[in-house]
Amino acid sequence: MFARNRHTVQRLGFTAITMMAVFTVIPIVGTIIFILFKGGSAISWEFLSGFPHDGMRAGGILPAIIGTLYLTVGTAVFSVPLGIAAAIYLAEYASDNRLTRLIRLAIINLAGIPSVVYGLFGLGLFVLFLKFGTSILAASLTLSIMTLPVIISTAEESLRSVPQAFRTVSISLGATRWQTIRRIILKEALPGILTGVILGLERAAGETAPILFTGAAFFLPRLPGSPFDATMALPYHLFVISTQVPEMPIQIQYGTALVLLVFVLTMNIIATVIRSRARARRQW
Amino acid sequence: MVDKIIIENLSLQYSDGTESLRDVSMGIRQNAVTVLFGPAGGGKSTLLRCLNRLNDLTEVRASSGRILIDGENILDPKTDVIALRRKVGMVFARPVPLPMSIRENIIYGLELAGEKRKSKLDEAVERSLKLSAIWDEVKDRLDDPAIALSGGQQQRVCLARVIALQPEVILLDEPTSGLDPISTGKVEAALLELKKEYTVILVPHSIQQAARTADYAAFFLTGGLIEYGEGKTLFTIPKQKKTEDYIMGRFG
Repeated sequence: MFARNRHTVQRLGFTAITMMAVFTVIPIVGTIIFILFKGGSAISWEFLSGFPHDGMRAGGILPAIIGTLYLTVGTAVFSVPLGIAAAIYLAEYASDNRLTRLIRLAIINLAGIPSVVYGLFGLGLFVLFLKFGTSILAASLTLSIMTLPVIISTAEESLRSVPQAFRTVSISLGATRWQTIRRIILKEALPGILTGVILGLERAAGETAPILFTGAAFFLPRLPGSPFDATMALPYHLFVISTQVPEMPIQIQYGTALVLLVFVLTMNIIATVIRSRARARRQW
Repeated sequence: MVDKIIIENLSLQYSDGTESLRDVSMGIRQNAVTVLFGPAGGGKSTLLRCLNRLNDLTEVRASSGRILIDGENILDPKTDVIALRRKVGMVFARPVPLPMSIRENIIYGLELAGEKRKSKLDEAVERSLKLSAIWDEVKDRLDDPAIALSGGQQQRVCLARVIALQPEVILLDEPTSGLDPISTGKVEAALLELKKEYTVILVPHSIQQAARTADYAAFFLTGGLIEYGEGKTLFTIPKQKKTEDYIMGRFG
């Protein structure tokens, strides 16, 4: 009797945990289905390749798509080299001293700052003080600062996961530290670093607040021609057409959301593929 | 016979206070196998890692004394450690093939040393794999990942990787501890071949291996050198009571 009771309790607990795990899937699947259902009908070649007209109530969203691409690439240009360099320093060179602890503390806190605060900071530093104006450059720099903690911590993690024995052996064969990092450690850590980079950029691509004051334009009749031009961007465009434009056709709103979602999910899938492929090929 | 290496009053302690060396002095002969043996924590590995300055990677609290290789003190801060490590190669207890092909493993050190000529590299691959008694087993799959080999084969590739650099001294830290008797035999046979050209210093994984391979043997206990002499003599008529007790298996 007692034994059977324990069995039942175990099974109940098991079911509860499984259900909770299933619940985590519901929001993401629900969102995708909902957006697909509501916005799918808006997707057409004109929608993807045309400019908005009639006060954005018709036409396409090309400038917003291109703008988000520019911002993502711009963010990558600044945050990837800086982030990887910082990770290499922390994982391979830094000893545990005050400076290192200060850097780590800064990174942790950087990750915790609300994105709108980054936006204000970017406005103050890049737009006004450095006189970049409301531009792709200022917005990319602002997004870079926000992305850095993600890139640094995932890159550091993947560098650290490369076995210590590789370093010892390489050094014992007459390699310098830097040769060891360049020829072995970075190569082995690369998939993990790439995953972190993509996840960081994905977040940057979807953010609205940091670009709100630094680079996003309400409406532009042409594509930006230089890094010093402002640009339209998908998340901001979505915000604008959902709140600022009266009598906005609903399927254009959901169509825009769908494009943004596909953009971000594609990056996510690429990251997942890189990770699983590397795991299969790994020699340790 | 000449002393290739002379160790003078070497003392060393790690910053966490563990395994250390206490005033060790000894000369190590050229073209011979010198065995450093004794119970764990005796300082054998520490001494090995001093000889190619691999201890630089670890936190060391204090070190004093000198290590002369060909008359030069390698503990001098001005020593070119890169050149030293090419001259004094090391094989570790666990075989660690670098994550690349067998061939790339062998030429890794040579390429870092600036060798680019394919003929020289191919020559080094064949020569070192033959000396390590593994050529016949891998010659048809040099481009396979080294990790795909068995443990015993991996360890001989690691030995070949060291030989490829044409060092003068080869350090081996329990190189057969994870190997089956047949692989162990092959590695030991390779050592006998190697000592014709190199100075070999071995930390054996058993007292039997020490007795089998030693031209000279040094017994270490808790960081101190207890007894040092010709292998034949030391393993049959040890002078020190502690050495005798250890060889007879009374402790350890």
